[in-house]
Amino acid sequence: MKKMIISLAVALAASTAAVSAQAADKTKACFVYIGPKTDGGWTQAHDVGRQYVEKELGDKVETQYVENVPEGPDAARAIERLARSGCSIVFTTSFGYMDPTLQVAKKFPKVKFEHATGFKTAPNVTTYNSRFYEGRYIIGQIAAKMSKTGVAGYIASVPIPEVVMGINAFEQGAKSVNPNFKMKVVWVNTWHDAGKEADAAKALIDQGVDILTQHTDSAAPMQIAEERGIHAFGQAFDQIKAGPKAQLTAIMDTWGPYYVKRIKAVMDGTWKGGESSWDGLKDGILTMAPYTNMPDDVKKMAEDTEAKIKSGELHPFTGPINKQDGSAWLKAGEKADDGTLLGMNFYVEGVDDKLPK
Amino acid sequence: MGIFESILLTIATAATPLLIAAIGELVVERSGVLNLGVEGMMVMGAVCGFAGASLAGSPWIGLLAGVAAGAVFSQLFAVLTLSIATNQVATGLSLTLLGLGLSGMIGEPFVGEAGEKLPSLFIPGLSELPLVGRLVFGQDPIFYLSVILALVTAWFLFRTRAGLTLRSIGDNPASAHALGIAVIRYRYLAVLFGGACAGLAGAHLSLVYTPQWVENMTAGRGWIALALVVFASWRPARVAAGAYLFGGVTIGQLHAQALGFGIPSQLLSALPYLATVVVLVMMSRNKRLMMVNTPASLGRPFVPER
Amino acid sequence: MRIELEKRASPSQAYALLSPVIALALTLVAGAILFAALGKDPAHALYVLFIGPLTEIWSLHELAVKAAPLIMIGVGLSVCYRCNNWNIGAEGQLVIGAITGSIIPVLFNDWHSPLVLPLMLVMGMIGGALYAAIPAFLKAQTNTNEILTSLMLVYVAQLFLDWMVRGPWRDPEGFNFPVTRQFQDEAILPELLDSGRANLGIVFAILAAFAIWFMMRYTLKGFEIKVIGASERAGRFAGFSRKGMIWFSMMLSGALAGLAGICEVSGVINKLQPEISPGYGFTAIIVAFLGRLNPLGVIVAGLVLGLTYLGGEGAQIELNISDKVVRVFQGMLLFFVLACDTLSIYRVRLSLARAAREA
Repeated sequence: MKKMIISLAVALAASTAAVSAQAADKTKACFVYIGPKTDGGWTQAHDVGRQYVEKELGDKVETQYVENVPEGPDAARAIERLARSGCSIVFTTSFGYMDPTLQVAKKFPKVKFEHATGFKTAPNVTTYNSRFYEGRYIIGQIAAKMSKTGVAGYIASVPIPEVVMGINAFEQGAKSVNPNFKMKVVWVNTWHDAGKEADAAKALIDQGVDILTQHTDSAAPMQIAEERGIHAFGQAFDQIKAGPKAQLTAIMDTWGPYYVKRIKAVMDGTWKGGESSWDGLKDGILTMAPYTNMPDDVKKMAEDTEAKIKSGELHPFTGPINKQDGSAWLKAGEKADDGTLLGMNFYVEGVDDKLPK
Repeated sequence: MGIFESILLTIATAATPLLIAAIGELVVERSGVLNLGVEGMMVMGAVCGFAGASLAGSPWIGLLAGVAAGAVFSQLFAVLTLSIATNQVATGLSLTLLGLGLSGMIGEPFVGEAGEKLPSLFIPGLSELPLVGRLVFGQDPIFYLSVILALVTAWFLFRTRAGLTLRSIGDNPASAHALGIAVIRYRYLAVLFGGACAGLAGAHLSLVYTPQWVENMTAGRGWIALALVVFASWRPARVAAGAYLFGGVTIGQLHAQALGFGIPSQLLSALPYLATVVVLVMMSRNKRLMMVNTPASLGRPFVPER
Repeated sequence: MRIELEKRASPSQAYALLSPVIALALTLVAGAILFAALGKDPAHALYVLFIGPLTEIWSLHELAVKAAPLIMIGVGLSVCYRCNNWNIGAEGQLVIGAITGSIIPVLFNDWHSPLVLPLMLVMGMIGGALYAAIPAFLKAQTNTNEILTSLMLVYVAQLFLDWMVRGPWRDPEGFNFPVTRQFQDEAILPELLDSGRANLGIVFAILAAFAIWFMMRYTLKGFEIKVIGASERAGRFAGFSRKGMIWFSMMLSGALAGLAGICEVSGVINKLQPEISPGYGFTAIIVAFLGRLNPLGVIVAGLVLGLTYLGGEGAQIELNISDKVVRVFQGMLLFFVLACDTLSIYRVRLSLARAAREA
């Protein structure tokens, strides 16, 4: 029995080898995901990007992915496996894949690697990220306009610079509308636990917030907002289905066009390593879901802000800005540099929370 | 609705699935069987509950599907541990692992779908009573089921003949067998009940708590339910108290954060687990109490001699 | 129809050897049905899962990397389970071992000495053992159920690691990302060969398995473990200490879990980060049972399970099978092993006739 299986399997292996040789003229683009590709958040946004690539580039491209790859020792293996399977370019879509990506890249100098949200590059490794904070500035403004209690609730995942930056951007936006606006932050220490996120949403609402925003992945807070009749902002995805009356807008990660651009660069030989890309609203790497459930003047304000950010007229972190403890950070008119933003580990003045250390 | 009242409501929602799953496991353990598969049965209940609701278009059907899924899944454990006397700890753990994988597979088409929430009860007049109105008269149906389950289980175990028999089986299956009691059949029924309860608890998660399906959405709640049973030294009333205490700590730490106490959030997140350990220790220290209530044959396979 | 068990006078040797083979065969059949139901070619799927990873050198290395922690932890747990101490918190002990083992490379990053690595390994083992001593203490002194306490402590350990790498131990030059600084070269577990990533960890794992096999088979301690495991009363009559055994077995398994933790961090990740283990501590429970609580069996089980993980990834890429299918597959494998194991202790009879009487 066993022998039979083995011989069968060998025959099959030979046939698959033939198939992959046939596909050699296609460019193969591969993706490594941290979560399930249907997580309704971060990973799904990347997978939508991958599907966009297939749609745009049609039969010139072949895509492949591995999902649920933990950030520990398994990451390097999953990346290496893709590099070996003939991928021309590998996108590694979680911060924790940074060092594994570099390790594997060293072994496969001909394969190109792009790592999302990291800060280390190599001759065949680039990094890419999205200026999510631009969207968070807009929703901060909307929140300050729409809130009756003057307090918003922020469900935060884990205190990495990305998340801290988002909280600060939200605060900056809110302050620009209402200097007395308050924000309560709850850290749930997880990216994805619907129950916990729902509990946090309820706790915040019970404490008097009437607008919710989140930097976690599930749609649970949106559902709670809908149920309790308050407003909320979608995260990574348009969550209008979970909160038809609650969602004001959503910050949508839109990786597709970026992926297409980079894969095309691989095809025509213009891809260059060692670079870092940090695109924003103007490049379409993040987009705002339709502004809904708000009066026209608020909608107008949001659209104006969005246009100003796109044109470069407005930078959410423009001085004067003090740090939370009152010490000066940016002088009047000074804009935050990317390095400080990417390593942000302090709150700006006005955030009513103590940063977990 | 005042803040006090709404916090209590939130705690009740957080405690309900724990209470239901723990009551089910309590009956199982009273019969002398230790089923560590609660997490697995719960997650199966959650996925089948959601799938049922989504396919049939009614959360009530979903509820039934969740209960049925937990019950059916528990029988896999029952057949192995009771009929062919496998190690209960290992089999229970395997059940959890299998449940987590299987539920992910079943649930794949349902990820990201917005579910329909089981409607809450609302009695005009009574539900608007101050303080307790919503708490007592305006909750989701599973909350009432959980209360009824706890009461009926307490009554059954300590006030009925069948309950006495079940407990005697848990203490000494050999002598129960000698008295002509069908030990294995009782245990099958107990495991079935435990599975149905775990399924119901899971359905609560995907139909009431957060009406959606997310992989691994039980997130360790099945294990907490197991801890609660020991914590409660196998008494239904104490299980209820424990479930609400745990719910209270979980929700309380979120409020402490929102109030800006500035304690490391990791410490606050660890609190419910530490609290469980501390209370387990306190309960276990009291030897007399443990001796009286602990099913003496817990976890040991029983094979009837002929 | 009902199933009846009849205890064999002595465990059947033939079945003891045969049962894992039968279990594997049954899993293959059930797996083939599963894959066929999913519309995949079963033979090809099984090939990708079980044989594909063995056909390339680099993936053999990966197998060693994956199996090493599973074997290390599994062996320790097998001792625990043999004497009925149900430590299911190895994951937490692994995490704490990784933390204590990392004290030197994190705090004394400039110390370049050949002593660094051995000290790290020892400290990792001590950390894991001490963390396992908590549930051991609670069980021995206050009679608290170790299944639950050890499990609760897993969550606590993970949150503690999270706090450490975001707070006190965060890399000052790491843009505030939650990682510690990169370990110095002397703190890194050397790789075995140039052809891949396999490191000394697999050697430690196999040495540990053989050492414990020797202990179980040829020493008084091993005898003691087996006697207490078979019957606590018999152990008491023989003058063996139940409490002593709780301490010994829990701390031994904790130390091995801690060793696995520091080996992972030192050999594969080279720094501390919030996530250092994809659930090795829990998977090792399966490994222990799959290996039938026999240290040498655990080696085989660790390799088989590691293989299914590697194959699972291959299946995702080659067949578009989701990783959940692989987990179901692992669950089935374990169920079949458990069920088949019973055959060596009991004779199973299906009877139709006697159903009426007992009902």
